[in-house]
Amino acid sequence: MSTATETAPEELHDELDDAHDDHDHGLSDFGYIKVALLLAVLTAAEVLIYFFDDKVGPLEVPMLLILMVVKFEIVVAYFMHLRFDNKLFTWLFVGGLVLAVAVYAAMGTSMVFWTDPAGCDLSPNPSC
Amino acid sequence: MTDTPTASSTAAAEPVEDDEPPAAYPRTEWDDYEIVPPTTSLSNEKMTMWAFLGSDCLLFGALISTYLLLRNRQPLSGEESLRAADLFDIPFTSVSSFVLLMSSLTMVLAVSAISRGEMERCKLWLLTTAAQGAVFIAGQVYEFTSFYREGLGYTVSISSSAFYTLTGFHGVHVSLGIIMLVTLWVMVNRGIIGTERAETVEIIGLYWHFVDIVWIVIFAVVYLIP
Repeated sequence: MSTATETAPEELHDELDDAHDDHDHGLSDFGYIKVALLLAVLTAAEVLIYFFDDKVGPLEVPMLLILMVVKFEIVVAYFMHLRFDNKLFTWLFVGGLVLAVAVYAAMGTSMVFWTDPAGCDLSPNPSC
Repeated sequence: MTDTPTASSTAAAEPVEDDEPPAAYPRTEWDDYEIVPPTTSLSNEKMTMWAFLGSDCLLFGALISTYLLLRNRQPLSGEESLRAADLFDIPFTSVSSFVLLMSSLTMVLAVSAISRGEMERCKLWLLTTAAQGAVFIAGQVYEFTSFYREGLGYTVSISSSAFYTLTGFHGVHVSLGIIMLVTLWVMVNRGIIGTERAETVEIIGLYWHFVDIVWIVIFAVVYLIP
């Protein structure tokens, strides 16, 4: 019994160290620079889409939204280290984000569809 | 007499050694081990920052959705008034967005440097990040000033109020971030923060990156999407 219990704390330390190691790896400095270059390219793409909106036509808004989401995800995953960190942090952040999107999407929906049928809340010259 | 002797009986039975204080409770075999408190192995400070950032999503969600709902609203007087979207200077805002985006790179390089114990390099990246933030704020002040000179005051319309409130709140966040970065630089410079407290730099970095991702959304949704 004594032998078994003597190793218990050491095993516990090892487990904790392993847990740390599991989410402690990030990118190298060069890796971060490559991520930043990718972000710069995506930003340039956004601006190009804005200026050449007549070429992209109805795809302008979806493309801008997709680029925005991709940039957002890259920064959160790599610069904010969430990809390599504990999943609990991801849940904390994504929980707030999802709650915000859900609440304000519901609010926006109600403002658009459930108020004055004439849409006075959104028209450039509301009648109300 | 009993298997579990009391403190008083232990003290009476065994003389206490000079270098050990009297035992307040009977010794057990577990007293030979280092006490390891229950832990998730996660930093409380870091978890608090993530919880704050999650809640800050609600603040900016409110401001962004309010702007989207009100951006086409005109004054109740019925007069046509300027909208912020009529005055946007996209090339200028693109450059300031790029500067803020690159400040995230220098921030993460500062975190990386202090975790390796390269304090001088960390200080350099922290200052660079703060300087880039200052450039962004200067650009925002210039933008606000030029808009105001064009006739778009804060109270001209509910649309302009929503625009200034949204971008102004973001500017306040950036300004607070600059103050935190400069404070961090001073603490690293004085040796108050060393490699053993690299997590402090990482936590401030999380805040700074959050400010950056909020701007990614604002730049696309407010400035670029018609």
